[in-house]
Amino acid sequence: MSATLPVTLTVNGETLTRLVEPRETLADLLRRDLGLTGTHTGCEMGVCGACLVMLDGLPVHACLTFAVQAAGTEIATVEGLTESTVIADLQRAFHERNALQCGFCTPGMLIAAQGLLARLPLPSRAEIRDALSGNYCRCTGYEAIVDAIETVARRRAAGETAPAFAEEPA
Amino acid sequence: MNAPLGSLDRPNSYIGRAVTRPNAKRLLAGRGRYVTDLVLPRMLHAAFLRSPYAHARIVSIDVEAARAMPGVRLVATGADLARLCTPWVGTLDHFKGMKSAPQLPLPVEEVLWSGQAVVAVVADSRAQAEDAAEAVLVEFEELPPVADIDTAREPDAARAAAGIEDNLCFRSRLDTGGIDALFAGAAHVVEEEFHFGRHTAVTLEPRAILADWDASEGKLTVHHATQTPYQFQDLYSRHYGISEASVRVIAPDLGGSFGMKLHVYHEDMAVVGLSLLCRRPVKYVADRMESFVSDIHARDHRVRARMAVDDDGTILAMDVDDVTAIGAFSTYPRTSAVEGNQVIRLMGAPYRFRNYRAELSVVFQNKVQTSQYRAVGHPVACAVTERLVDLAAARAGLDPAAMRERNLIPDDAYPCSSPTGYQFEALSHQASLVRLKALMDYDALRAEQAALRARGIHRGIGIASFVEISNPSPAFYGIGGARISAQDGATLSVTPSGEVRCLISVTEQGQGTETIIGQIVADQFGVAREKVRVITGDTEITPHGGATWACRGAGIGGETALQAARRLRDNVLALAATILQARPGDLDLRDGIVVDALSGAERVSLAEVARIAYFRSDTLPPDARAQLSITHHYAPQGYPFAFTNGIQGCHVELDADTGLVKVLKHWVVEDCGRIINPLLVDEQVRGGVVQGLGAAFFEECRYDDNGQLTNGSLADYLVPMACEMPDIVVGHIETPTADTALGAKGCGEAGTAAASAAALNAVNDAMAPLGASIAQIPMTPERLLKSLGKI
Amino acid sequence: MKARAFDYARPASVAEALAAFAEADGDASYIAGGQSLVPALALRLQAPAWLIDIGHIAELRGIAVEAGWLRLGALTRHVDAHDHPLIAAHAPLLALAAPHVAHPAIRNRGTLGGSVALADPASEFPAMMLAMGAEMEIAGPEGIRRVPADAFFLDLYQTALEPGELLVALHIPVARPEHRCAFDEIARRRGDYALAGCGIILAMSGGVVEEARIALLSVGPTPLRAHAAEAALTGAALDADAIRHAQAALMDDLDPPDAPEVPAAMRCHLARVLLGRLLAQIAEAA
Repeated sequence: MSATLPVTLTVNGETLTRLVEPRETLADLLRRDLGLTGTHTGCEMGVCGACLVMLDGLPVHACLTFAVQAAGTEIATVEGLTESTVIADLQRAFHERNALQCGFCTPGMLIAAQGLLARLPLPSRAEIRDALSGNYCRCTGYEAIVDAIETVARRRAAGETAPAFAEEPA
Repeated sequence: MNAPLGSLDRPNSYIGRAVTRPNAKRLLAGRGRYVTDLVLPRMLHAAFLRSPYAHARIVSIDVEAARAMPGVRLVATGADLARLCTPWVGTLDHFKGMKSAPQLPLPVEEVLWSGQAVVAVVADSRAQAEDAAEAVLVEFEELPPVADIDTAREPDAARAAAGIEDNLCFRSRLDTGGIDALFAGAAHVVEEEFHFGRHTAVTLEPRAILADWDASEGKLTVHHATQTPYQFQDLYSRHYGISEASVRVIAPDLGGSFGMKLHVYHEDMAVVGLSLLCRRPVKYVADRMESFVSDIHARDHRVRARMAVDDDGTILAMDVDDVTAIGAFSTYPRTSAVEGNQVIRLMGAPYRFRNYRAELSVVFQNKVQTSQYRAVGHPVACAVTERLVDLAAARAGLDPAAMRERNLIPDDAYPCSSPTGYQFEALSHQASLVRLKALMDYDALRAEQAALRARGIHRGIGIASFVEISNPSPAFYGIGGARISAQDGATLSVTPSGEVRCLISVTEQGQGTETIIGQIVADQFGVAREKVRVITGDTEITPHGGATWACRGAGIGGETALQAARRLRDNVLALAATILQARPGDLDLRDGIVVDALSGAERVSLAEVARIAYFRSDTLPPDARAQLSITHHYAPQGYPFAFTNGIQGCHVELDADTGLVKVLKHWVVEDCGRIINPLLVDEQVRGGVVQGLGAAFFEECRYDDNGQLTNGSLADYLVPMACEMPDIVVGHIETPTADTALGAKGCGEAGTAAASAAALNAVNDAMAPLGASIAQIPMTPERLLKSLGKI
Repeated sequence: MKARAFDYARPASVAEALAAFAEADGDASYIAGGQSLVPALALRLQAPAWLIDIGHIAELRGIAVEAGWLRLGALTRHVDAHDHPLIAAHAPLLALAAPHVAHPAIRNRGTLGGSVALADPASEFPAMMLAMGAEMEIAGPEGIRRVPADAFFLDLYQTALEPGELLVALHIPVARPEHRCAFDEIARRRGDYALAGCGIILAMSGGVVEEARIALLSVGPTPLRAHAAEAALTGAALDADAIRHAQAALMDDLDPPDAPEVPAAMRCHLARVLLGRLLAQIAEAA
């Protein structure tokens, strides 16, 4: 049995310290210790993209990072990005376009999309599909997701801002 | 065609509207509640030691070291659980002669496939349970695995499981007579041997279950990632001897299902027993490696088929031999024979010919069990039929579209039946073909194809007509003795504030069940959609019903909701009439207000009616009937199934040097009857198509001769991803069923039913000038390069 | 799918990292980005007693040009190969290969040093080290040594790294004006391990190939140089005949493994097709 270690990191803007087993992944820490179950695990080996979170501003797999490795980093999960409204326009476009069904891939898709648009503000459809090459969705067939991201890219380029997603009517 | 339900410009007219899904918002905000997310006080975690052999006898099990590991609460073997749980047998009475070996949660003497759970470990954490599972010592004696469908059927073949007399699970024959003579006299006969790889569902959320036995109350609560909570309530009750009313199954948000999450899995049954033994909540989530060796697989057919055609291209007959390999036993409770049965009955279904013969052999082997997965049997029947139609068209000198024009059932020929006995109420094959050709700009595509061929670019165009089974009646399972309901139930209530609660037995997997039920209730009752709250998936709250499978949610669940809403509306109007001293027939409910039906003048709000009913019943006359809750059940009557139809087109470009195929575009025209929500229907179709294209190009569970799955990880089993999938154009024809007021049929399986067939025809079309052809899916680069003679 | 338990160390310097490895009696793994190691641990294919996290060692960072060499600290991430202007300017082959490496989120965390040290024969970066004639800077108990790529990849997942040694940096000769390079791979899905991949650097002078460096991935137990194909091209005008000869010569370079899904003949065929297409692409651009 290995020793547990204290880990201090910032999650969704809050700096916190937890005692973790070294073998615990960042996904385990978020889901189990912090109750941030919006980060999903679909393969636990970096293939499905359901566990993507922002680590120091870039999308990474929470299942491919041990929590101890994340000490000192800033993590943003779908919950934090929802509360800060930075992805409100993506969420609204996904909702309008029905770019999700079961929703299990959706947090990872949103984070992949946010990462893409930060690098490439007006991607082509092919570039959007390429950016989603590591995000598996079994339900939608991807087209609606591509449509939604394309819509947001255009809206952002036009300077549109979205209100907090949760406060809009369904 | 039945009359429209109402015009789209009246208040609360939601049926037919593309509205968004209210329940999707919390999924987008990361607030989904999947079984994988659930945590209960004192919850424990299960892990399993699995068999490394495809077939073996268990000689001994030593659990002492594992029991001593940190955090371990229980190590249980097959014998431990056999004391609690009665065995199950996956047969149906109406499949005559079907057999299968009885199953227990964990094996006692014999393991039947590589990856079968053998010993369960329950510990404080999943990691500790896995640590201890590694410390369990099992001595196996290897037995010969049955892996090949032909040797399995030889008289002296080793058996896939002890206790079965041979490896033939089920056999079925259909014959309209005189087939040999028809083939002997036909102008053209085309034939082919088709191979369909094993698939699996690969839902993004793996199977998950959390069983909570409360010994103080004698109550079992199971949080289960399933489509069919009522079925599992019944099964847990009967196999563990707990009264039905003391078993509650809750199906919260579900991360994909596609038919895979309605079968009995050994681990799931075991987890219930583990909770009984531990008297604490026990959770099990299959990890991805476990999913590949324990989720049901599907397809895996070898079909030898031929088609007889007249001089002018008229199809005369089909003759089919389908051999399908299942696991070492038949899946419970829906069996592993339904798929093959549907394959041989759906063959040729869109076409006019009347002469048909088929033989089905369902064969045991030592691999993962197979059973129903999205579009059960359809892709196999469709691909075989449509490829033969293309081959026959080439032989008869007809363009594939012209061949279909000649042979598809005319739209004015209904009602009619197929040579396999399916009864068709009203389909629209010809109209769908016309629509597809227009959407594709078929003639222009053909011209472009010819021009590009001259430049060495190999594009292919494939089309495939299909029939889909939806809205199954009790003829599907009930007649075979399975306690799987064909009816659905809904409880509708007006709340004291004049809002509506709808508890309904159909379940939500993201396809939009709750949304369409809300649309129907609001529309038919007469309130704004925001005033209707739909609740699903809890056997202690929602009425008993079939839930969601075989494309029954919209057709059966929707009709249940429609009838229930109309009944509740009548109750409201009757009470309002009492309050207003008016006649119920003179009143109507619009947008939450009781109005004068003729003038539209507002009389009293629904909220006021509810207030009086709940809080001031003293002001009502003694004979007033203030029944603001109703429960209503509906089962399909009339046709045993509501068939839908459609046609798909696929456009591909083949790189003949690498064997890679780029799908350029895909088109679907489908007729699911009344469309309740076009936005949701289109996305069901697109998602279905992509599962079909995955089958066509990527997905296959590959086994070696020893029955070992060789690609059982998400890195090795290739699922369709965004870059390789095309944009998909969806068009509709609407032919509502007259069996219901709603007129809706299913749409969830249409995309999958024909996508792989259209792709198969497209690739063959691209390869035809190169003298190559393929009759196997997935169409891998290796298979295409071999067919092209490149390797 | 949970890793076996291990202990964790986070050294602040290369010296501390080497000491930590020595203290663990060799039962340790270094981890940087972890994008290949973490799955192996989760699957319990590997279970070291210690994980030594080198991800915070400043000496392992940095991208700089020094005296004709581009020095990439081992912690340089895949995304830097994709985006960094110095890499685009001086090691364009890396920039061409980078978009084919896995997926964006993996590239955000995976490191070049980790990829090269793992030496997966199906990975893009190790093969490109061969094509570029890179040298690996290795720290060990005896100090620092440099190993050329041609002597680095020994066998399946076997490199010149001795147990406990740490890959510190990759040194790449900066691209010369006469260099023409091309990269492509044949994969069933974007980001999958390729069925075959190829990176080429040709030094061209007036349409004639003065020097050829060709490296392939996914065609053997290690990334490999196509020496026979290189020899066939050297001194030749880059025309259709030369390309055909190079393709024929390539068959002498290859002895790929045979598997039912990807037979050896198929890998050879695909490598040949790929080489032909890439050479034609360079010829066309010239």
